[in-house]
Amino acid sequence: MLEIKNLHARIGEKEILRGVNLVVPDGEIHAIMGPNGAGKSTLSYVLSGRDGYEVTEGEVIYDGQNILELPPEDRAAAGLFLAFQYPVELPGVGNANFLRTALNAIRRKRGEEELDAVAFLKLARAAVKSLHMKEDFLKRNVNVGFSGGEKKRNEMLQMALLQPGLAILDETDSGLDIDALKIVADGVNALRGPKFSALVITHYQRLLDHIVPDVVHVLSAGRIVRSGPKELALELEAHGYAGLEAA
Amino acid sequence: MSTTEMQALAEQKYKYGFTTEIEMEAFPRGLNEDIIRMISAKKEEPDWLLQWRLKAYAAWLEMEEPHWAKLHHPPIDYQDLYYYAAPAKAQPKSLDEVDPELLKTYEKLGIPLNERAALAGVAVDAVFDSVSVATTFRETLSKAGVIFCPISEAVREHPELVREYLGSVVPVRDNYFAALNSAVFSDGSFVYIPKGVRCPMELSTYFRINAKNTGQFERTLIIADEAASVSYLEGCTAPMRDENQLHAAVVELVAMDEAKIKYSTVQNWYPGDAEGKGGIYNFVTKRGACRGRNSKISWTQVETGSAITWKYPSCILQGDGSVGEFYSVALTNNYQQADTGTKMIHLGKNTTSTIISKGISAGHSNNTYRGLVKISAAASGARNFTQCDSLLIGDQCGAHTVPYIENRNMSAKVEHEATTSKIAEDQLFYCRSRGLSQEDAVGLIVNGFCKDVLKELPMEFAVEAQKLLSVSLEGSVG
Repeated sequence: MLEIKNLHARIGEKEILRGVNLVVPDGEIHAIMGPNGAGKSTLSYVLSGRDGYEVTEGEVIYDGQNILELPPEDRAAAGLFLAFQYPVELPGVGNANFLRTALNAIRRKRGEEELDAVAFLKLARAAVKSLHMKEDFLKRNVNVGFSGGEKKRNEMLQMALLQPGLAILDETDSGLDIDALKIVADGVNALRGPKFSALVITHYQRLLDHIVPDVVHVLSAGRIVRSGPKELALELEAHGYAGLEAA
Repeated sequence: MSTTEMQALAEQKYKYGFTTEIEMEAFPRGLNEDIIRMISAKKEEPDWLLQWRLKAYAAWLEMEEPHWAKLHHPPIDYQDLYYYAAPAKAQPKSLDEVDPELLKTYEKLGIPLNERAALAGVAVDAVFDSVSVATTFRETLSKAGVIFCPISEAVREHPELVREYLGSVVPVRDNYFAALNSAVFSDGSFVYIPKGVRCPMELSTYFRINAKNTGQFERTLIIADEAASVSYLEGCTAPMRDENQLHAAVVELVAMDEAKIKYSTVQNWYPGDAEGKGGIYNFVTKRGACRGRNSKISWTQVETGSAITWKYPSCILQGDGSVGEFYSVALTNNYQQADTGTKMIHLGKNTTSTIISKGISAGHSNNTYRGLVKISAAASGARNFTQCDSLLIGDQCGAHTVPYIENRNMSAKVEHEATTSKIAEDQLFYCRSRGLSQEDAVGLIVNGFCKDVLKELPMEFAVEAQKLLSVSLEGSVG
């Protein structure tokens, strides 16, 4: 379970998160929507531990542990996964090598046995197939020369292999056509289960047609200003975010 | 942290920093004609070689240390060095007679000299300070007609070959350090591959500096006769000492018609400590002559060690259609300085050269690529492609690129590409968010950056080189 309590964070002098409170029980998928500049990306970076964001107040408890004290790699080992809005290119680093290094780093931290090349490839090939990707995906360099859609698929491939307990999708749908959107949705839906939860951050409602959330939250000016069932997303689509701050 | 823990940590960073306690024989400190005569006499050299050395010494006395490279170091006191140091026991005739202490040393370095334990398919010449202490697989090689032995032995056993080729690629007066080496060189490897023979195994020389205040001046000569081919690898380590030590080697390669020589280096001399104290001064002259038609010389180097590296493995492309290649990774951390690159001299028609250089600077280090591509008037149809990439880690280090191009033939085609980049914060965060530690992330990104060069290394050593790059960067980030 993820519990965010009165979270305040700033970049330099500018306070972006101003007391976020949020609970995501295991097995649930929550959507976070909100206008540009509301703090959506900041929330995902603070949760995953990126440098440059200073937490001034509050705590984030995941599985009973205050993760704000952990470096990003330990949060990953604890089960967090951030799907990037703009996945990063790593020239010269093969995708398979990257995935195996990451998976084994996490397995090592969890006290599990590392996978050898053969066992890993078997696992990776199965994941590639289930995501309807070409096998040469594993041979290419990480995100180098990938189209926008391919980069997002690659995020889903990583997620499928790393098997996180909590996935944070930071506007993973931005710039995707409908087919790619479905692939992302399939990737998340395939992991659904009692031990998997997700925070789906999105600007638009359309992703939520494919990943149906249990709860929708509205983030505005650094706070959660409304929470409701999945129908809230449709309401926002119809009326926009205007006026929410006052509500 | 306790002293032992600190020590353990320091040793982890440079795990070859130990010394071997062994009885040594050394000539008196300093350099003069007598020392040169003593070296020559010790090796029972013929008079022509002694005269050659003395000529080199006379030339050296008139030369000045070069200062055009982007390197800074206190003056070297050439009279304060030992020019000859060797294990005291008589030179062993076979592997069984090698001092167990020496065998242990090489085992610790990961180079077992016992043929049963040795890396399959790799013959090793082990050079310890001034002498070769063992050469493995000599019998297997001699069956194929390949000569692989210490150069001091080649002088005695194959004088006609040594006399013909020694100094024929790097003349005695070529430069200050080459002249010094020619005067005092004490050992190194000699390789001759006869006509039409593909050397049946990888050849390698492992250089180890052990004695204090001692310079190492090895000399390597490799000759590939018509249509012969050979792949050769050298590795280098030294103990951790507070004083700087001088290493001034000369390597000469000769490739005849259709011959191929692949020369790979993994240079991991002690780089000095985090404050820049100690470390090897590595002033090396390496050059290959593609004398024959369609001959090929390929240099691959991974340079992670030494306080100072001054090194420009070059190719003289004399034979028509000959090919020169230079693949380089130079990594500097802390206060290391590297000024390295290549010269490709196109003399023959339709000669081709490729230069791929990857420089990585971290800490307070400085890393310079310096290269020359020269196309002579006769070199019609010559082609060169050069790519120089620099990667900066942190904001205290420097990367410099100094390419020279001289083209005297209008039909030649010369291309040069260069990039400089930093490891981006978003790359590190991306890796870490997938569970990689900061150091693993840096290692992965740096290895990716170097991939085009690492893939040129013989397979057995590529993995080793990858690990070496990661280890050399420890503590450079964060």
